[in-house]
Order: sequence, then structure tokens, then C-alpha cells
Amino acid sequence: MTQPALASTGQPAPLAEGVQGIVADWSSDQRAFKNVPWGKAMMWIFLLSDTFIFSSFLISYMTVRMSTQAPWPNPSEVFALVIAGKSIPLILIAIMTFVLISSSGTMVLAVNYGYRKDRKMTFIFLILTAILGATFVGMQAFEWSKLILEEGVRPWGNPMGAAQFGASFFMITGFHGTHVSIGVIFLIIVAIKVLRGDLDTQKAGFMTGRKGNYEMVETMGLYWHFVDLVWVFIFAVFYLW
Amino acid sequence: MAHAEGHHTPAAAHGHAAAGGHKIEGQQHPLGIYFKIWGLLFVLSAASYAVDYFHVQGYLRWGLILVFMLLKAGLIVAVFMHMLWERLAMVYAILLPPILLMTLVWIGAGEADYTFFTRNTFFGPAAAAPPAKHP
Repeated sequence: MTQPALASTGQPAPLAEGVQGIVADWSSDQRAFKNVPWGKAMMWIFLLSDTFIFSSFLISYMTVRMSTQAPWPNPSEVFALVIAGKSIPLILIAIMTFVLISSSGTMVLAVNYGYRKDRKMTFIFLILTAILGATFVGMQAFEWSKLILEEGVRPWGNPMGAAQFGASFFMITGFHGTHVSIGVIFLIIVAIKVLRGDLDTQKAGFMTGRKGNYEMVETMGLYWHFVDLVWVFIFAVFYLW
Repeated sequence: MAHAEGHHTPAAAHGHAAAGGHKIEGQQHPLGIYFKIWGLLFVLSAASYAVDYFHVQGYLRWGLILVFMLLKAGLIVAVFMHMLWERLAMVYAILLPPILLMTLVWIGAGEADYTFFTRNTFFGPAAAAPPAKHP
């Protein structure tokens, strides 16, 4: 008879830990994900589905790369830039990587200041993240135009080797760049909400009746870190491989 | 398994303690850990770039690239995305499916040989001459 005891303290029963916790959570009433705002749990589910999309791209890229007759163009040379008269291999991609990792760091700071209800700092770091994200997209646009206009890379062929290089490159980095662009737009939207104080007054959003709160910033952060995460894999298997 | 549980308990208890006093304030952690992980991510990225810059080749190259990649991914998911402090029910729900995907990656790599042979048969130099007809 534990129920009267629970009723008398007015406190919810402490949640079980470990394997017992997993079983208890999954077999519990109403919701499996305890201690997590609903929006955050759903963002994780969305990111999981996105993982599958990017995985299918990377798996097909891998199969194609392992099975072409013509040699694969060497990414180290294709993405080299001439700076001060010297050709530095892969330098543009390295800079893009550092820009994206920096943006991940500013994002995590924004989340932290958000939970402290520090509106000004949250706004500054969200905007910083958006600027770094936009910089990344800008550099990607530069990379694409260089590849298309100067090197003559097309989805169906290129002068450097295996024809599948272009298709894989445009598909994978294009999809990732789209994710970054959408992320930048949403970062700006969340930043404006923070600045206006919508999250303090729990004002409902533009397209939803859901009340605003600072957990939104963390949910936004999850998406942004995921974009960075995908880039970690692209950087390793596409550019460095 | 018991070890992993023991490890997880203090982190989860930390969340509970925060919930005990006031309203739940979500994922509150000291800034220091973020700066440390941030620095570590920079170092790992620089290291993986160095692998390419110094033209490391062969198995050492693949090994280093994959190790740096997995370390970076792990740090981002664990600390930046706060997986370290979530309840196990959620951690497993999110992390198990991608681990299963790894199996598919492994199978894909294994099957790539067959794709290569098929390509050679139909598009390779040998395919220029029509294959001998079976009687």
C-alpha cells in the first residue's frame, strides 16, 4: 500500500533508474519520456528520422565510391585553395568545419543563458550562431560555384574522374546546406522571440497555440547540433576519405 | 551493465536534486564543461585535418579519420545535446536505431565488391566485346 503515502506527501514517486527505469518508463501510463518536454522528445524523434535520410545518402555514396571503374577525384586536390600563391589542400573545408564547430559552441552557450533567463545574452549568442551558420552557407555557395564554373563538375560527370563524384557531392552537401539554411532561419525566429520576451511571458507562437518557454531554445539547439553532427560525418567520409 | 547503471545514477540524481528545490529548470550545467568540450572538438578537427595535410595514407589514415569522427560525434551527442544527463529510456530509444544502421553500413561495404564486379562485367573494358553466347 504505497498510494496513501504518496498522497500524503503530495510528491510524485521518484523515478526508477537503470534497466528498471527503462522498463518502468516504457511501460508507464501516457508518456515514455519522463523529465523531458514534449517538444524536445519529438525533436529527437525527428532527428532520428533525419539520421536515416543522411545515412541512406552516405551508404549509397560509399557503395558507389567503392565500385567505380574510373578513379575517384582526390578531394584533397579538388577542394584545395590557392592562398598567397600557395595551394593549400582542403583548406576551405577545414575553415568551414571550424566555423560550424564554433557555431555549435555559441549555440550551447545560448541554451545555457536561456535557462538562466538571461534574455540579452541568449539573444546575442543565438544571433552569433545564426551569423556563423550563414557564413558556412556562404562558403558552401562559393565552393559550389567554384566547382561548377571553374572545375566543370556536373551531377552526371566531371573532367577529373568518376562520374558519380558530382552526383554524390551535390546530393550530400546540398541536403546538408539546406538543413543549415533552415536552421539559420529558425535561429533568427527564436532570437527575435527571445529579444521580445515572448518566452518569459509564455506568448504563443505564430503558427501554434503552444506557449513559449526557454526549453524551445534547447530544442532549437538540438537541431543545430545535429547539423554539426552530420557535418562531422560528411567531413570524414566524403572529404577526408 | 551494473557498472553502467552505477555510473548513470549520480548524473540523473543531479537532475532530481535540481527538481527537488524549485521547478524543473531543464538542462542546467556549469559553463566550464561546455568550454572544455568545445576546445576538444577544435583539437580533434585540427587533428583530422592534419591527417589529410600531412598525407597520412593506408590503414592508419582510415583508422585515424574514423576514430576522430566517432570521438567528435560522441562528444557532441553526449555533452552538447545533453544525452549524458537524459533518462536511459530516451537514450536507448534514440541511440539504438543508428547503431543498427551501422550494421547496414557494414553490409553495404561488404556488398560493394559485387557492385564492382557487376559494373566491370557490363561497363568495363571487357564488356566492349560481346560476351560469349552459351550454346
